[in-house]
Parts: sequence; structure tokens; C-alpha cells
Amino acid sequence: MSKQDPHRDDPATTGHEWDGIQEFDNPLPRWWLWTFIATIVIAIAITIIYPAWPTFNGPTKGLIGYSSRADVAADIQRFKAANEAVDTKLSTVPLEDINKDPVLRSYAMNGGAAVFKTWCAQCHGQGANGVKMGSGYPNLIDDDWLWGGTIEAIHTTITHGIRSADDPDTRDSAMPQFGDILEPSEIDQLVQHVRAISGQSNDATSAKAGAALFADNCAACHGDKGTGGRDVGAPNLTDAIWLYGGDVASLTNTVTNAHYGIMPAWGGRLTESQIRQVATFIHESGGGE
Amino acid sequence: MSVSDDQPPKLYAAQEPVFPRKVYGNFRNLKWAMMVVTLGIYYITPWIRWDRGPNLPDQAVLIDMADRRFFFFWIEIWPQEFYLVAGLLVMAGLGLFLFTSALGRVWCGYSCPQTVWTDLFVVVERWIEGDRNARVRLYNSKWGARKIRLRTTKWTIWLLISAATGGAWVFYFMDAPFLLHHLFVGRAPYVAYAFVVSLTATTFLFGGFLREQICIYMCPWPRIQAAMIDEETVTVSYRDWRGEPRGKHRKSAEAVNLGDCIDCAACVNVCPMGIDIRDGQQMECITCALCIDACDDVMQKIGKPRGLIDYISLTDEISEREGNPPISAWNHVIRLRTIIYTGIWLAIGASLILALFMRAAIDLNVSPVRNPIFVTLSDGSIRNTFNLRIRNKQGEARPFEISISPTEGFELKLQGNEASIVNVPADSTGAHKVFVTAKKGSLASKSELTHIRIWVKDTVNGDRVYRDTVFNGNQSRN
Repeated sequence: MSKQDPHRDDPATTGHEWDGIQEFDNPLPRWWLWTFIATIVIAIAITIIYPAWPTFNGPTKGLIGYSSRADVAADIQRFKAANEAVDTKLSTVPLEDINKDPVLRSYAMNGGAAVFKTWCAQCHGQGANGVKMGSGYPNLIDDDWLWGGTIEAIHTTITHGIRSADDPDTRDSAMPQFGDILEPSEIDQLVQHVRAISGQSNDATSAKAGAALFADNCAACHGDKGTGGRDVGAPNLTDAIWLYGGDVASLTNTVTNAHYGIMPAWGGRLTESQIRQVATFIHESGGGE
Repeated sequence: MSVSDDQPPKLYAAQEPVFPRKVYGNFRNLKWAMMVVTLGIYYITPWIRWDRGPNLPDQAVLIDMADRRFFFFWIEIWPQEFYLVAGLLVMAGLGLFLFTSALGRVWCGYSCPQTVWTDLFVVVERWIEGDRNARVRLYNSKWGARKIRLRTTKWTIWLLISAATGGAWVFYFMDAPFLLHHLFVGRAPYVAYAFVVSLTATTFLFGGFLREQICIYMCPWPRIQAAMIDEETVTVSYRDWRGEPRGKHRKSAEAVNLGDCIDCAACVNVCPMGIDIRDGQQMECITCALCIDACDDVMQKIGKPRGLIDYISLTDEISEREGNPPISAWNHVIRLRTIIYTGIWLAIGASLILALFMRAAIDLNVSPVRNPIFVTLSDGSIRNTFNLRIRNKQGEARPFEISISPTEGFELKLQGNEASIVNVPADSTGAHKVFVTAKKGSLASKSELTHIRIWVKDTVNGDRVYRDTVFNGNQSRN
């Protein structure tokens, strides 16, 4: 550093000049300079202590072996250990008792909401209301259930899935493609009958003719009155909720080609505690029976 | 400062040690009183107990960060009522405006923590090392056994005061007796220790060593105050038209022409800022008025009227130079500007008190669930879901009844609750979900929006609050 006195009359300038403005070539304040040097030293020290420099075999590990990934793993372990007691209890109590214990209920409701948003919302929607009426992804917060809306039924559905190929205990059923079995005119009559039993506008003559067809072809699964059959996941055809649409075109399409949805079995993917959490969450979200 | 060509001015001024002398008088007594009151409030307040019932802390003044509550005697403030604290801060700001425009840097001179603690530290210093002359001698003497003993004693006492100061601070944030015990057995939270240590350090350093340097170089407030002082503001000034020319009053011919100032330097010796008030108003002066006391004492001894140094305003100077008699300081204090400040101050105070008493002991927030905005049920009726947050600010758990108006055509059901009554624990917020269903074919089920009102009733004392919200029907159906 220059020993030059910064306060003399003609301090040295940098030699640059812009519009008559010159810049003094005064030394930096000592404290500033030393702080600057210290920051460089500290920066180098940090790269030695912490992982920093990239090499062909990955970055240098650093003296203290710190890793943010290990930190996260430790955090997860810590939370798992902290929740172990309540998780164990939740996994073992009878399902209907979860709601009676405020601690279990609160844990299940909050945990279930998180599980739902992670694993279920992709098909059933963020609000658990299906994607859109008629799209085939069931609304879970209404009071209509294909396979049952008690907490036990919901628990079974989540654990084993629906038409899930990798679970032998999965809920399974299939509606025949009536396009191969019935004439289009018969299908029209069937559709008019379904419109009639669900309280929608219909052609009375066709509907009456459709009644006999319904008894022969549909009642086995959907019931004599069309109120559905939960043991085979057959929807109630008399209510206001339509999984694949209740208008004439949608119904004709459904009867002709048949539709079914597939849900994975979560038994092997989620823990029993997680399944019970999300089952409680769904059961309490408005549709529970 | 004289600037010669060979000797360029130094940018750095070394601290000139200041040794304020002891002084007696009215303003000194006022300062003692202020010290006792302010320090008393600071150290004692956390230890005052206030019974709020079994579920709430019994500390009169407590800022409970963990539970987000502020307790002040009978007042309890929740975070959403922070506007009350903001109002209080506005009042404090206006109060400073008022006092500064009326009396100059009266805050600095009497009640600023820096002034009060420095004053306290000077008392300790005087007690250990003696008054001004003894302290100057000790300062100039070589380090020896006596000097080490005196300095160590002084620093130890300063450090104890500092620790008590840093310690008292954290008691405002946690139950004081509990925290005191935990501080000593080493089980208090780290943040408590951090605050105790840093506040001890700052008190020790600021009160013991930096003193007037804080006011001159670090504090922004003196510079801001300058903008609020006008020619009517009463500040500490020297009546140079009465005092000059100064000189020793010897029985000689030239003494006849001298002013009242005998150049005894009493005003300079007592000044905690190390300035000479006779140089006129200056940035360093904190208007502590100790020079007034010192000078009045001297004037009395030499048989002259008091007030050579006095609380006067700039207009007084002009008036008195023309030969008019001095006027009372109250004529300066009470004027339009200070009356306006007082008026605004009182208005804010009154509205805060009003707001405080009009607060309901229960509060309700309603937020409609918007995903989905409605659900069609199997019988064709339409259901909306609402999240309720019920705040129970009472010291005991209360059952609340939830209802809806209009009642016709709507059915209300609580999540996980067969009845329509929920229990909210003492001093807490209960989150509840309610399902509101409009029957199939009802107007609400078919309208895009229906205005509804959700009520919460305290079943114990009958207090009711409501929030208006909307019910979303299924317009596209039927």
C-alpha cells in the first residue's frame, strides 16, 4: 500500500478523467482491506471444511464430513422415532376407534391430508372430488360409494386397490360390453330406462321396453331397482351422481363399450399407519358412512 | 479547529475523557427521580404477578412468543390485535414529537436508557474513585496496586449492574421466577443466554466506556430531533448578553465592566458530554440541565440572580437582548404546535381505548372450501364446506353452538360431530369444518350464490358473533 498522505494538496490520481472529473488514488482504509482479506481466508477455509470442490469422483468431502442429504435423513429418522408410538397405536386399534381418540384423530386427519395430496390427488383431485363429474375418477367427498363408504370398506379399498393386477385380494369386477350382446335399438331402450329410474327426462315407451332388458341383463349386478351392488362395485343408477355421465350419449357409450377404473393397491407402498390415516381423512371429508 | 497548511486536519478525533463533577440542584433531583422511576419500572415490572386463572400465565407483563400472546395486566393481546401495539408505538412517536418541539432534547437528557444507565455508572464511579478531581488524578496516575484495585472494583460493580440489566430483559419474555432459576442451573433456552450476554456486554460497554460517544456518533435520534426544534423550543442556553465579557470578579477597575460569568468552569466540569454550553447550542448537548444547577449554585454564592444558564428559547434571546424582562417557559411550551400534537396524541389514545373495550371475547373466521366449491350428493342436494376458526379469548374452555341463517332450506353438520356444539379450550383457536347442505330443488341449490351468515354462540354467556359468507349452488343443473 502506498504510504502517501491522502490529505496533502495534490494526492495522486488514477490518471483517468471523465468530463473533468478525476479519481483520487487513495489507499483503501486498513480495516476495510483486512476485512476483505479475512473474507477470502474464511472462504477458502469453508471450502476445505465443507464439501466444495468438484472432482471426477464427486465433490471433495470436507474435513467435518458434512452432508445436507445425511442431515435430511437424520431429520426423517428423528420424526419417525418421534411418531413411532402414535403410528403403532394407530396401526393396531380397531378402525372405528380412531375417531374416538382425539390424539389419533388429529394425527390421522393431518397425516391423511398429506398422504392424500402426495399419492391420491393425481386421480381424485386436490379437493378429493374426482377430476370432474363424468370423468371416471370417483368423487370421494360425496355420499355415493361404489365399494362402500364405511371406514372398513375404505380401508380395504385403499389396501388392496381396485382391479389391481399385483394384489390377489383386490376388488375386481367388469361390466360386459353390451355392444357385442345387444342390438343398438335395445341399448337405446336400456338407456331410456336408466334415465327413467334416475328421474331424468326420457321416452316413456322406450323406457318401458327397457325395463325387461334391464331385468335380464343388468339387474344381476346393479340390482332389480338399479340401486347398485357394492359387493361388485356396481354403481347406483338411480341417484344424481354419474361416474361416466348421465346424459343419453354418455350412457349409450357406457352400455355399449363398458367402462371401469383401476386403482393401485397401496398395501405394499404405504405403511399401515399411512393407509389408516388417509382412510380416516377420506371417511371424515364428507362422504363417510 | 484551526487548519494550517502544513498540518492537514485529522479525520479521526480521539475520545476526550470526560469526568463529570457532582452537582446539587433541582434538575439533578429531577434526574434522580427519573432514574429511580425508569429503572424501577424496568427491573421490577417482570416480577409483578397478576392472577388470570388456572390456564394462563400469572405474570403481569409478559410477551409470550411461543404462544403468541402479549399480556399486560388485565389486557391480553393476540397477534391479530397487534394494531393496538402499533397504535401505542404511534403514540410513543407523537409523544416524542410533542416533547421535542416543546422542550428540545428532554428525552435525551432525562429518560433515554443511555443517559440513565450512564448516570448510574457515573454514580458507581464516583463512589469507588471519588469525585472529578480524584478521578482525573487516578486517570493520569501510573498503573499500580491502588489503581488496579479501584478499577477492578468499579468494573465488577458495572458488570453486575449490566448483568442485572441484560437479565431483566429476558424476564419479559418468560415467567420470571421460573426463568431465573433455569438461568442459574443452566437449563434456560440458548436464546435467553444469548440475550443476557449481549445486553450485558452492550450495557457495560455503552454505560461504562462509550457514554457520550453513543449520543454523538451512533444515535440517529439527535439528528432527527433537530428537525423538530423551532425558535420557540425551550432548550438549555447560556445568556451571553448577561454573562459576557466573562472574567474573575476581582476588586479592580476593569472588573466593573465584566458580565456575570466569573469563568469558574463549573458548567463545564459537571457536563456529562464534556462541552462548554457557553459556546452556544451544539449538537452534543443532551439538555440534561446539570450546568443550570451548577451555575445557579455559583450565582447564589456570588450574590447574583439565578439563570445565567437556563431553559430558554431562541425568541427569548432576541427579546432579552432588546432589554425585555425574561418570560416564563410555559409561554413557549403551550403553543399551537404542541396543542395540535397533544390533540392528535389524545385522539389516538382515546380510539385505542375504545378499540380495546370493544373487542369481542370470541372471534370467528369463516373460509369457504373452494376445491371443490360444491359437491352434488346422491339425492341431488348441494353441499358446501366451510372452515371455521373460533377464537376463545377467555381463560376457560367454552362450548360454542354453531348455526346458520337463514335456516330454511339449509342443513348444517359439523365434521366428526353429531351435535352442533364444539368445545374450544381456554385461550386458544379451534379449527372446525362444517358441511352446509341445500336440499334438492331449493333456491340455494340452484342459484349461483346465496348469501348466508354463520353464527357462533357462547352457550355460557350468550355472546354471539357471525360472519357473512356465500353458498355456491349448482347453477348448471336442472
